[in-house]
Amino acid sequence: MIGALILISLAFNIATGGLFLSPRNVFNITIQTVSVAIMATGMVFVIVTRHIDLSVGSILAFASAVAGVLQVRWLTQDLGLELGNPLIAPIAILGALLVGTLIGALNGWLAGYQNIPSFIVTLGGLLVWRNVAWYLTSGQTLGPLDRTLLIFGGAEGTLGPTWSWIVAVVAAAAAVLAIWNGRRNKARHGFPVKPAWAEVVLTVVIVGAILGFIAVLNAYLVPENKLKRIFEARGETMPEGYTAGYGLPISVLILIVVAIVMTVIARKTRFGRYIFATGGNPDAALLSGIDTRWLTVKVFALMGFMAGLSAVVAQARLQNHTNDIGFQDELRVIAAAVIGGTALAGGVGTIYGAILGAFIVQAIQSGMGMVGVDTPLQNIVVGLVLVVAVWIDGIYRKRLGVR
Amino acid sequence: MRAVDGVSIDLHPGEVVGLLGHNGAGKSTLIKILSGAYQADSGDILINGQKADIRSPADARRYNIETIYQTLALADNLDAASNLFLGRELVNRFGLVDDDAMEAETRKIMARLNPNFRKLKEPVSALSGGQRQSVAIARAVYFNARILIMDEPTAALGVHETAMVADLIKELKAQGLGIFLISHDTREMMDLCDRVSVMKNGKLVGSERVEDVTEDDILSMIILGKNPRREAA
Repeated sequence: MIGALILISLAFNIATGGLFLSPRNVFNITIQTVSVAIMATGMVFVIVTRHIDLSVGSILAFASAVAGVLQVRWLTQDLGLELGNPLIAPIAILGALLVGTLIGALNGWLAGYQNIPSFIVTLGGLLVWRNVAWYLTSGQTLGPLDRTLLIFGGAEGTLGPTWSWIVAVVAAAAAVLAIWNGRRNKARHGFPVKPAWAEVVLTVVIVGAILGFIAVLNAYLVPENKLKRIFEARGETMPEGYTAGYGLPISVLILIVVAIVMTVIARKTRFGRYIFATGGNPDAALLSGIDTRWLTVKVFALMGFMAGLSAVVAQARLQNHTNDIGFQDELRVIAAAVIGGTALAGGVGTIYGAILGAFIVQAIQSGMGMVGVDTPLQNIVVGLVLVVAVWIDGIYRKRLGVR
Repeated sequence: MRAVDGVSIDLHPGEVVGLLGHNGAGKSTLIKILSGAYQADSGDILINGQKADIRSPADARRYNIETIYQTLALADNLDAASNLFLGRELVNRFGLVDDDAMEAETRKIMARLNPNFRKLKEPVSALSGGQRQSVAIARAVYFNARILIMDEPTAALGVHETAMVADLIKELKAQGLGIFLISHDTREMMDLCDRVSVMKNGKLVGSERVEDVTEDDILSMIILGKNPRREAA
């Protein structure tokens, strides 16, 4: 799958004469992917437990509406907090997360305890929540949003080159440590380990990818006019020839944290183990004493939490709340998870796969846009890619003799 | 409709009791009540004379009742160790699942139960019927069961593997476990069991010591629902 992403990127890079992999475009694709990628990690758990969540785009819209209304009406106009009060962003974010989690938990309760198929529950939710959001905002676009909150959107909140390198080095060190630790643990129990050269190659590739990615993001320079404005805002004048790279966007840092936490949940916690066991054989899970109904509630609540988090990222990136925020995101999120190897039959799926899937979908769409393909044709191609990806995956699995 | 109606069965430590009957006689329902998968509308489960409150599979496990289901109840997408410890994972000091420790324990018990077992890393869907059966048996045996329920443990197995299961049953019995064995194979039951209980249409036809009955007696209990010894007496 990484191979597919590299192949797609190189192909578009040639077709656009090097524009596709320019720092600017890599930066943009990355921040455009974050909100779908965050939700795709939650969708992996939902699909692994043999459920589906069609309502994530609408949950995102409602959570975003609540956060937006908190910022422009309730906290400022009604409670009288002055604009830019440092409390506004945290309260708005908590509001979005809480709303997302509660709606998710409700979906999980209806599917788990009331045995309504999750397809139906969330198909209903798809219609309900976006329109509840409409009533909350009277259909108006909400903005301007709190300035602190905007740092979660991407371009308005980046770490800058120095901190980005620090994050890169920490991440690379953590990767090396994790690989080495895993090897030592296996050796201690006397299990077979991979040959040393294979682990070294793997380590070099991972470290190289991390450092390379950060180098590209650092190479994307903040436009001169924008820098000038920043200096003017501080009451200084910009020195001649001053440049600054964007570096790692905070939203991407959030995605990285989500990816790590969700991967640990999937592989290293009982909760994660039960998610996969339930997906593999619900009866066996039940007979092993796993409370699969409560598990369903937790899985959907986690999905809702991710939709709430994505709501913050999405509205910060767009710099306001609109009615159509997150429109059709459920399709992109499910496509990302499925292209990333999550099986709708349940029991199989990975977090990193779903995130890669999200990047593949976004890369195809942006790349076609840059080459000049019309929007309708873009959608046609993304649709075909989804079907073909699952098709190829099925053939591949059959060859390998796995399910 | 009563799947099990007024059935009472005893099991002593170090004893194997066979449950026999046609499909739909109520055997599976009865043992699922004992293993916590179903709940009885009335009646009691007594363990060492104490009333046991079993409302879920987790409750049954707390009373050291382990069950090997006919379907094996394995999560096919997980490996042997994950299945063996499903619901009772070993965790490290951070509360995270300790896969290496579980794999090490799995290797130990498998070395005893099925020395040919090698595929520890693969999902159990990749295993043969006998290997899957050993995972299910290992799961029941590992946690110091006092009461073991085996639902058709040899139905899917070859001759060699069936003999292995028979040996295991004898070994566990010698260790003082009480075992409920469900099977359709009356000959096998005569070999392995101390007593047999026969059910038909949800009712108990009779419980007899295997020394006291012939295979034909058992068959007529299963088919006719009559206990020939009692009829004769």
